[in-house]
Amino acid sequence: MPLLWLRVTVGCYAAGLLYALALLSRRGESWRRVIVPIVSLGMVFHFVSLAEAAAVEHLTLASIHYSESLLAFLIMFIFMVVRVKYKTTSPGLFVFPLVFLLTFAAAMGQAPPKSGSPLLHSGWIFVHISLILTGYAALVLSFAASVLYLVQARSLKGKKGGKHPGVISSRLPSLETIDEIGYKSLLLGFPFMTFGLVAGAAIAQARYGPIYFHDPKVVLSLLMWVVYVILLYTRWNNGWRGRRAAYLAAFAFVAALSAWAANFFSNIHRFLAP
Amino acid sequence: MNFLLTGVNHRSAPLEVRERFAIPEARLPEAIRRLAQYPGIEEALIVSTCNRVEFLTRTTNGTADLTGFLSEYFSAPPDEFRGYLYEYREMEAVRHIFRVAASLDSMVVGEPQILGQVKEAYAVARAVGTISSQLDTLLTRAFAVAKRVRSETTVGTSAVSVASVAVDLAKKIFGSLQGRTVFLVGAGKMSEIAARHLLAHGVGSLLIANRTPERAVQLAQKFHGQAVPFEQLYELAGKADIVITSTGAPHSLFCKEHVERFLHQRRNKPMFFIDIAVPRDVDPAVNDLDGIFVYDIDDLQAVVNANLADRTEEARRAEALIDEEVERFLARLQTADVVPTIVSLQEHLETIRQAEIDRVRGRLGSLSAEQEMAIEALSRGIINKIMHTPIVTLKSAAREGQGTTIIDVVRRLFNLRQQERMSAADAGSADSESKGAGAPE
Repeated sequence: MPLLWLRVTVGCYAAGLLYALALLSRRGESWRRVIVPIVSLGMVFHFVSLAEAAAVEHLTLASIHYSESLLAFLIMFIFMVVRVKYKTTSPGLFVFPLVFLLTFAAAMGQAPPKSGSPLLHSGWIFVHISLILTGYAALVLSFAASVLYLVQARSLKGKKGGKHPGVISSRLPSLETIDEIGYKSLLLGFPFMTFGLVAGAAIAQARYGPIYFHDPKVVLSLLMWVVYVILLYTRWNNGWRGRRAAYLAAFAFVAALSAWAANFFSNIHRFLAP
Repeated sequence: MNFLLTGVNHRSAPLEVRERFAIPEARLPEAIRRLAQYPGIEEALIVSTCNRVEFLTRTTNGTADLTGFLSEYFSAPPDEFRGYLYEYREMEAVRHIFRVAASLDSMVVGEPQILGQVKEAYAVARAVGTISSQLDTLLTRAFAVAKRVRSETTVGTSAVSVASVAVDLAKKIFGSLQGRTVFLVGAGKMSEIAARHLLAHGVGSLLIANRTPERAVQLAQKFHGQAVPFEQLYELAGKADIVITSTGAPHSLFCKEHVERFLHQRRNKPMFFIDIAVPRDVDPAVNDLDGIFVYDIDDLQAVVNANLADRTEEARRAEALIDEEVERFLARLQTADVVPTIVSLQEHLETIRQAEIDRVRGRLGSLSAEQEMAIEALSRGIINKIMHTPIVTLKSAAREGQGTTIIDVVRRLFNLRQQERMSAADAGSADSESKGAGAPE
């Protein structure tokens, strides 16, 4: 059943994906009114799917598909918060395709082998993973915002009065708003990310001792966290925004992606360790 | 239908003529009442603005001497103004009122006031009680069409003056202009206009520097701004979010180094330079800095031109939309025409059926419930079959615009009482009068 709901969700998010594509052309306008109800409906199914999977099938957070699905949900959640607060769906340009891919992968993937490790059922691991995923989700939104900032700044600088000054840019919110979305997401994500890492470290310390620090995923996560701190600091202290902030955010995003992908190289996070 | 519209607008008549036709607000109810009482006129509405005066009516039989009315009302011989009037009938009148409401007939296409003015005119006419069923439907539809044009095309959303483009850009950069600071460097006419626009959109404070300080002080008083000495230009500019320059300086006032310093001062918060001076006051290279946006007069004009071109393009789309709506409106009106006939046809046949059943009922003796139902079904089936074709024909004739001829034929064939239609129409108008006007009895 959860898989069925998840597939319905994928269908709804696919509409979001199409909307993101339509935004690139002139047609997007008429979609705007229907898209939010559709993806909201998707979120409802998504939530049902997540809750049911957790409750009925005891799928743990550590299963890769489940965490993909949860990450997608968290991203959508933050997206919705942004939408309500700033009345803009433009981060959807990035968020929708990403969320679609995540849920798609989760829905099409084989049911993962249930891990026997008792560790995965402990409450701490749950805290660890969901905190980190929330941090990721905020980072994704922040990255999306910084790319939108660049697009908008470029179009304003380009002053192409003659041509359409960018079909997309005319639908984007003001630079100030985009900037705020990016910064607020960053601020919001930071405590989650930090506590998530701390929780992870505490678990690993207790279980494996200091060797956990050599794990590639741990190293990458730390790197990402450092970039995160730099991002926040430069923004807070020097008011860095625009191009420099976007590069940093992109870097943090890539670090996050590699940390995510590092499961394949990681011993600890594969839970094959004794 | 019988719509008839006459009027003058900015295209058909010069201002002197429009002035003579303009009806001040206070006298509008009286004018509408007189128009509605004029021979041959059933319903009436007058829209009077500085760019147009429209007399929209529904006539009893398709025509009325509106020129005669105008001549009488304005006490002027018809020949004096006949050349300035336009007159539209039926479908053309519908189209015209749709276009007026949607602001496609305006001097500045897409300007938003006209819809409100038409709505006011409608409210006045309703209050006076000169609008009933058909004009009411027409106007309600016109408002819906105007709304549709507004939401489906971008006619009227783009800025078409240099000052409003500047405001638009400022909003694109800063979002709300609330609490922002504007710095006028040089106090020319153009910068004054730009400043006024920005202030109207909520800008918080205004600094003014001018080579001749008196002029700066004068402007500062006018806008409740603050005049500052021109020598402090570089110290203060960093505090401003929007800088409008219009000095007669022969070379750039602001170059990259200055602006870099401002950026540092303001922790990289964006700045917007509007340079309307010729030669330019802001070095074009400044635009290369991250977070700095420089628009000179040519840039602004280019945006204006693009928006104007856009408007014409969008106006074309809006016209297509209007065409579609006119068609749809006519189709609806025409089907509405045949509905009373269909109803009385049904009633007529039902009376016959009942009478016939009553007549033979006695001879049938006692029947079982099933048999009763069978008789009911049989007789109903027959009249439904008979009615089917006339109804279909009526509806399709209405769609093709031949409603009235077929209505007559059907009425004569089935000997439907003429007064039924009349009473239905009366009821309709009385109804809408009572709900609309609230006119004192």
